Amino acid sequence: MPHLSEDNLERARALVALYPEKRSALIPALHLLQEQDGYVSPEGIEDVAELLGLTPAEVRGTASFYDMFHLEPVGKYVVAVCTNIACMLAGAYELLHHIEESLGTHPGGTTEDGMFTLEDAECLALCGNAPCVTVNWRYFGDMTPERWEALAEDLRAGRLDAEVPPHGTLCRVRRSVGLLAGGAAGGATGPMPAVDVTTSRTTPAMASTVLPAPAGDGAGGAASRSPGTGAQAGRQAGEGS
Amino acid sequence: MSAQIGPQVITSRFGLSESWTLRAYLGSGGYEGLRKALTMAPEDVHKATLDSSILGRGGAGFDAGRKWGMLRKAEPVYLVVNGDESEPATFKDHALIEADPHQLIEGALICAYAIRAARVFIYVRGEMALGLERLQSALNEAYEYGAVGANIFGSGFSVDVVAHPGAGAYICGEETALLESLEGKRGYPRIKPPYYPAAIGLYGAPTVVNNVETLSNLPFVVRNGSEAFHALGEGASRGTKMMALSGHVRRPGNYELTFADVTFRELIYDPALGGGVREDRALKAFIPGGVSAPWFGPQHLDIPLANEKIAEAGSMAGSGAVTVMDETACAVRAAWRISRFFHRESCGQCTPCREGSGWVDKVMRRIEDGNGREADLDLLMDICDNISPGVRWPPAQTTICVLGPSIPSSVASGIRMFKDEFLEHIRLGGCPFPPDRLRASLAHA
Amino acid sequence: MPETPERGAAVNITLDGRPVVARAGEMLIAAAERAGTYIPRFCYHPRMKPVGMCRMCLVELKGPRGFSLQPACYVPVAEGMEAVTESPAVKKAQDGVLEFLLINHPLDCPVCDKGGECPLQDQTLAYGPGETRFVEEKRHWDKPVPVSSLVLIDRERCIQCARCTRFAEEVAGEPGIDLAGRSDATEVANYPGQPYDSNFSGNVVQICPVGALLAKPYRFRARPWDLQQVETTCTMCALGCRVAAQSSADEVVRFLGVDSDPVNWGWLCDKGRFLFEALNSPRRLSYPLARRAEPVGNGSSGARAPLAEVSWSDALSEVVTHLAEARGDRIGVIGGARLPNEDAYVWSKLARSVLATDNVDAQLGDGLPADLVAGLPRATIDEACSAPLVLLVAPDIKEELPVLYLRLRHAAREGGTKLLEVSPAATGLTGLCAASLRYRPGELAAVARALSGREKVTADVAGVPAAEVEAARALVASTPGLVVVLGRPSLSESASGAAQAGLALAELPGVSFLPALRRANVHGAIDFGLAPGLLPGRVGLAEGSEWFEHHWGPVPAQPGLSTLGMLDRAAAGRMDVLVLLGADPVSDCPDRALAKQALEKARFVVAVDAFENASTAYADVVLPAAIYTERRGSFTNIEGRVSWLGQKVTAPGTARPDWMIAAEIATRLGRDIGASSLDSVWAEIRRVSPLHASVEPDLLMSYRGRDGVVVGTDGTGAVPAEVSPLDPMAAHGISSAELHPAPPGELRSQLHRALGAGPVLTEGTPVPPPPRRIGLGDLEAAGTSGLPAPAHRAGASASPGGVPALRLVARRPMWDGGTLVQESPSVRELHPPFTVALHPDDLARLGAAGGAALRLVSRRGSLVAPVVGDKSVSPGTALVPFNVPGAAVAELVDAASDWTEVTVERLEAGS
Ligand SMILES: Cc1cc2nc3c(=O)[nH]c(=O)nc-3n(C[C@H](O)[C@H](O)[C@H](O)COP(=O)(O)O)c2cc1C
Ligand code: SF4
Ligand code: FES
Repeated sequence: MPHLSEDNLERARALVALYPEKRSALIPALHLLQEQDGYVSPEGIEDVAELLGLTPAEVRGTASFYDMFHLEPVGKYVVAVCTNIACMLAGAYELLHHIEESLGTHPGGTTEDGMFTLEDAECLALCGNAPCVTVNWRYFGDMTPERWEALAEDLRAGRLDAEVPPHGTLCRVRRSVGLLAGGAAGGATGPMPAVDVTTSRTTPAMASTVLPAPAGDGAGGAASRSPGTGAQAGRQAGEGS
Repeated sequence: MSAQIGPQVITSRFGLSESWTLRAYLGSGGYEGLRKALTMAPEDVHKATLDSSILGRGGAGFDAGRKWGMLRKAEPVYLVVNGDESEPATFKDHALIEADPHQLIEGALICAYAIRAARVFIYVRGEMALGLERLQSALNEAYEYGAVGANIFGSGFSVDVVAHPGAGAYICGEETALLESLEGKRGYPRIKPPYYPAAIGLYGAPTVVNNVETLSNLPFVVRNGSEAFHALGEGASRGTKMMALSGHVRRPGNYELTFADVTFRELIYDPALGGGVREDRALKAFIPGGVSAPWFGPQHLDIPLANEKIAEAGSMAGSGAVTVMDETACAVRAAWRISRFFHRESCGQCTPCREGSGWVDKVMRRIEDGNGREADLDLLMDICDNISPGVRWPPAQTTICVLGPSIPSSVASGIRMFKDEFLEHIRLGGCPFPPDRLRASLAHA
Repeated sequence: MPETPERGAAVNITLDGRPVVARAGEMLIAAAERAGTYIPRFCYHPRMKPVGMCRMCLVELKGPRGFSLQPACYVPVAEGMEAVTESPAVKKAQDGVLEFLLINHPLDCPVCDKGGECPLQDQTLAYGPGETRFVEEKRHWDKPVPVSSLVLIDRERCIQCARCTRFAEEVAGEPGIDLAGRSDATEVANYPGQPYDSNFSGNVVQICPVGALLAKPYRFRARPWDLQQVETTCTMCALGCRVAAQSSADEVVRFLGVDSDPVNWGWLCDKGRFLFEALNSPRRLSYPLARRAEPVGNGSSGARAPLAEVSWSDALSEVVTHLAEARGDRIGVIGGARLPNEDAYVWSKLARSVLATDNVDAQLGDGLPADLVAGLPRATIDEACSAPLVLLVAPDIKEELPVLYLRLRHAAREGGTKLLEVSPAATGLTGLCAASLRYRPGELAAVARALSGREKVTADVAGVPAAEVEAARALVASTPGLVVVLGRPSLSESASGAAQAGLALAELPGVSFLPALRRANVHGAIDFGLAPGLLPGRVGLAEGSEWFEHHWGPVPAQPGLSTLGMLDRAAAGRMDVLVLLGADPVSDCPDRALAKQALEKARFVVAVDAFENASTAYADVVLPAAIYTERRGSFTNIEGRVSWLGQKVTAPGTARPDWMIAAEIATRLGRDIGASSLDSVWAEIRRVSPLHASVEPDLLMSYRGRDGVVVGTDGTGAVPAEVSPLDPMAAHGISSAELHPAPPGELRSQLHRALGAGPVLTEGTPVPPPPRRIGLGDLEAAGTSGLPAPAHRAGASASPGGVPALRLVARRPMWDGGTLVQESPSVRELHPPFTVALHPDDLARLGAAGGAALRLVSRRGSLVAPVVGDKSVSPGTALVPFNVPGAAVAELVDAASDWTEVTVERLEAGS
């Protein structure tokens, strides 16, 4: 009996069809597994190995190269605090220290209630809003101890369920079609199964994130802070020329 | 002081509402470049790129048009878009993907058409969940719109684009590691020769790997012509560059600036740009091109933002990440933190990189913790010398990829520029820069 | 761009200022080594693709911008290349790498298996820095953890060179271990709960350049400086891999693979590597045994006295008494595949010229007719592995000739050799085959005839769809230089299918054959006359009798019986003496009922063996033999390559070489067969057997001759033009490389010695006969004397429950119930469980689920086994492992039938 659900197996097969060689689907398939189980579970590894014609040792060996794959169960929310240079200069270690005390755990650890797993991360590419953290890879910039407390509270209370899906969920938008072009790299595979038209456009989380949002205007607190990656990008169209 | 701020080539939509949607894109000239390209011969599109002299924006600064020209004559050809952006303090591709994914898709398609790619893979750093969602949404829209897939805009040209997530490993930004990763393997950089994926790339096929920012320029190049692009900048540095400014400045963020028009001083101090050092403190040092680059000091502020000028001064423009340290920053801690990054992110293939990065990390950490010895400075320089003989710039490479030779940059910069500070740590038995929560936070790491 | 020179062409480079001629396509590190300059290395292994990871081999290379450091293992030589391997820059780089490798390496050399033969230790002494500058904490891992039941890993010692994981994936195709983690936390790991089970796992221990991977059978057994060593040939199968046998205190403690370019490339299978344990078994026979008068089994008539130790003199006189009384054609000699060439020759001579019998057969009804093997044009392993197309009509090579599997796998993946398989079930090579034709068991000959035909195939053949057969036929027809690997795809089909297949395929122009017979020196036995109708030198009895009578005295006029024939006759009560020469027909003959009955009914049975086994239970006298590593001699592999067997330890008790036993028997029968020493035996062989005229023991024992000599049917022998030195990093622990640096004296035997140069012809002596040759034209005449009459006894019946009878497919796994395996404690449990595998459709038809107990009933016997569903098993067949402990498939097999049919019946739980 496969461990992956019927739907996920079908999604995994659809992923395989996107590549000229099966093994290329390994990372996407592991994300899928992590979405299902919250971590890269041993049972799932065996499914993925079989699907891709690999040994479980190879799948595990490859998965363990990548930081995003957790081979052991983690909390509902994986909180990654960037401590790399830009965030460090903006007080990331002080922030991390605060979160450690507040959660009662250390990087690599999980809170007793299973709610949070804390990580001390390398640069997350939101240095314009340092220090930053991600929660299940949803970005929260310009973080301060106070905003962290508010964010943690929102997470615990389930107020951010739409923005921050459970750990493992990466891209909630599904590919709407298979391969259409055919050509030298392989034939057209026609439409993908399970086209979800409602999610193929805009997810609720995306709708609620505003971009760009000028730094520091705190539109609605940490919860709705957008990844302000474009905050000062060049000159705004309006103010240019 | 007021900086010369030129046209926006790639960030023109950053202020639009829902800029990432097809609606916003089409309302602002979207896909016109692709439509135009499809009316041209692929060779002419390639020529336009060559004429624009656009250099790669991923860090190595290789001429994009020349790269395409190096493709081995064989089928199939692949285009792989490098969106792994993990170089510390670099966050420009993140913004480009989230704010304007259609522009990236359009640029990728223009390239795919020019090189007659059989398929396009956009490798996006795994942690960028929102970026992946916006990109996948945009792809779905583009397919529906007819800009991707079979018989694009009725031109007869067909190509599929696959968005592929990474999974958290800095080294996968290195193009050959990225290809391994895309093949579902551990992200080990490939040994050279072959020197370029253009000869042997994805699945052994000739492959172009280009950075997100590089490709995002192409719609402009095709729409406005290569002359319009070439007119921006000077020398080998043409067009604009997204500068990712971080650290102790008032207004950190991404700024699209015309090459050579702006100096570091302007970038950091112009009120429309960095706005000056935080709390008007003195500038201590800045890293001009990502953590692999040797540091600059205040004496380098008037160097213009142009690849060759920065190289002449002994560092590199890299991916355009500028990190500013003011007088409150501890040079030891900064250099250590960068060492720690390389230690954690070394892929582990090459002995000097795998073991050397860890050794440097441990010694630097010991000094920062107050347990250093004077002999450690010579030791550090010798370890660096064993990683990259000569500890010079550009660095000598004895490893498979250039991550290894990047390890010494910050250590050597720190020791050379701030030796006294190192010695003070050793004398004091601790770090003179408060506050210091670092030790507590790392005790369990 | 300059033209790329052809692979192997001369390329001129400058190495440390001196001109060196390298070969195009080789890496600088290899070219330098051949030129006498050793560049240090860790990750590079000459038999694997370079990866350039460890950076130990950095040397300075001249480029357009002056000299720069490059890894010598990853730079192919190029005309005009200038390399400097000794300069301050190189020294500094290599010192640096060594220091880096040591910072996280534990300092536990005194308790490490590799201590004393460790490349890291050696290179640290040779190139390394004096003292450590690393004062930080080292990396910690749990100390040795098992990756399989044979191999452990100490990750603290690992230097991440990936040799082991690359071997597993690249060479063996079994990536059951892989690198895991990143940076300096990279480890080698199997998947938790899934051991790295591989037929080749011991190789990863041998090629580990430090003591990170450890073999359980060797762990803590000896220290390198206590080890003595001899180079020899592995006798665990017929491939003949070169090995170094190492002993401590007169006990063999380790086998290491030696890189023989034409044979094993340094690899060994785990059977070859670890079965030395059996040599030291307390159950080794050390003294002769015989049954003494009074039966102990109180009362029951016919109970035989137990075997008890007796003196050689008593044992031999009993044997001789029975032999003297017996008529030649009522004496049979079964076995001999364990014997070295010399012993096979002496026994063959004893049988023919003293015992007057031609009933000699080294094969146990599980092989191919010897005259066919001797007569088919032979390919070498290298020829097979460079052929454009190899047709496998053979058992599972991965299980029976494991290292040949590695060679074929390499040929298929790297060398452009296409593989085509004809097999009733999937094999270890199926995944690499362009096509695999699944014929109905028993109907192999039809497929082979179709493949060899010139006509298009339009109808299904033996259950294989016409299109598949036709595609394969067309491929065979359009590919010149076909090599056929010929053996028995299943032991529950008679030999005639494979034999007829061989004959049919021999009609193809330019075809050659590599026999896939498994048992040890079976080819030595055949080549030296332990086969009915075949005299030493692959000479037919009819053609050779005059010549041999000239040398030996009278020889039998009529061809004798094969093993199955002898057993048949014995079972009928018409055999006076059966000699079991290192043979256990009860376990190994496909027809167990016949074997048992034969041994029971034979008047007198004498066994010459190293262990008691299922057949010695029937023997009246058992004579203890000295076996490999305990005696010198030579060996013949599947290509006809003769190589040297070295001696390292003393045989237990009074056990002695087989040739001595034969000579003694002759003497006691009043005849001198001229075997006073191994030297005298070889001298005679070279006189008598034109095939072996060019083989000189001196050469075989020398460094130059370590790869042996391939005997050619035209009387020529070929030794490799050049023998490369062993790479100490690929063969660390092997010291014999230096023991015989050059052949003693002049190389008397020149390469390609012409036919007849051996035997001296004087007027009046007969002309030496040519070896047997099967080719176009004389197929019918060639006959198949060893074949039982092919007679399928019909009578397929439906199983209870309506499932039609299934055809049995029986194949040997590498680990089985064989005596040596069972006498080696570390591996005796590694055999597969006894199960019967059916296609899921058949399983469904039976209404059984996987795991259910099935009863298999043939006309010979019945067995009960748990069933597994397996899609790779053809519908209508049942796949079983032959001879695993606890289940004798041979109970079901009727050797006289073309195939064995079984009905299957589901047992209710508990029954
Ligand atoms: C260690 C290392 C990390 C790199 N990371 C990235 C990256 O995150 N994104 C990127 O585009 N290029 C990165 N590069 C550069 C790429 O190897 C490659 O040069 C680039 O993707 C080519 O695209 P371009 O020519 O358009 O710049 C990295 C290189 C190295 C050595
Ligand atoms: S230099 Fe470092 S990161 Fe690059 S391949 Fe070698 S070990 Fe990996
Ligand atoms: S890098 Fe050449 S031997 Fe390891």
